[in-house]
Amino acid sequence: MSSEMVFFLILAFIAVSSGILMITRVNPVNSALFLILNFLALAGMYLTLHAQFVAVIQILVYAGAIMVLVLFVIMLLNLQDNAPLREHIRAPQLLSIGAAAVVLAILLQVLLWNSGSTLDALRTQSPQAANLGTVESIGLVLFTEYVLPVELTAILLLVAMIGAVVLAKKRFP
Amino acid sequence: MVPIHYYLIVSAIMFITGVVGVLTRRNAIIIFMCIELMLNSVNLTFVAFSSYLGNATGQIFVFFVMAVAAAEAAVGLAIVIALFRNKQTVQITEVNLLKW
Repeated sequence: MSSEMVFFLILAFIAVSSGILMITRVNPVNSALFLILNFLALAGMYLTLHAQFVAVIQILVYAGAIMVLVLFVIMLLNLQDNAPLREHIRAPQLLSIGAAAVVLAILLQVLLWNSGSTLDALRTQSPQAANLGTVESIGLVLFTEYVLPVELTAILLLVAMIGAVVLAKKRFP
Repeated sequence: MVPIHYYLIVSAIMFITGVVGVLTRRNAIIIFMCIELMLNSVNLTFVAFSSYLGNATGQIFVFFVMAVAAAEAAVGLAIVIALFRNKQTVQITEVNLLKW
C-alpha cells in the first residue's frame, strides 16, 4: 500500500466518522466542532488532489468564517440541552433513514460494481493536475472565462449581507 | 495512486450523512450544519474530477459553491435569530405556522 493511499485512508476515516459524530451529538457546540474537524480532513484531501488554493480557502472560509458565525449564533442563543436523541427517532425518522440508506446503496453500486464504465479510465491523476491548483492557474481561468459569474457572486454576497442585516434587526418590518 | 472511486465513495457517504441529519434532526442550527456537510461532499467530487480529468473548471465551481454557502449561512442564521426572538425556540417542530 503506497503512502498516498495510507494518507487518503486516514483522512477519509476522519472525514466520515466526524460527519457521523456531527449528526449524532445532542449539543450543537459539539456538532459544530466535529464539523470543523470534517472540514480540516477535507482540506487535507484537497491537498492530496493537488488543489492547494482550494485547501487554503476551505480552512479560511469554511473552518474560519462560516463555522465561527455558526458558533457565534449558538453562543448568542444560549440553547439549553435538548432531550436525548433516541427520543426523537420515531417511525417517520426511521423511514427517512431507510430511504437515505437505499440511495447510498444505489450510489455505491454504481461506483463499485459497474465495471467497464468511464470511471475505470480515471485510475490515476492527470499529468497536468500538479499545475491546476495553483493561484496562478485558478486566477487565470476565474478572471477570463468566468468573470461574469464572479461579478454575479459579488452581487449575491452583497444581497445576502443586506438580507442578514435586515432580518436580524430588532424591529423587523 | 488512489483511484477516483475512493474519493467518490467518501463523498457519497458524507452526502448521505448530511441527508440523514437534515431528515432526522429538529434543531435548526444542526440542520444548517448538515447542509454545509452536503455542500462540502459535492465540493470534494468537483475537486476530484478536476484533478483526475486535468481541467481547472471543477475548482472554479468550488469557489462559487463556497460563496453560495457563505451567503446561505449568513441569511439562514439571521432567520434563526429572528425565529428565536419571536418564538424562543429553534426546534423546527414548534414552527408550524405555515403547515397545513
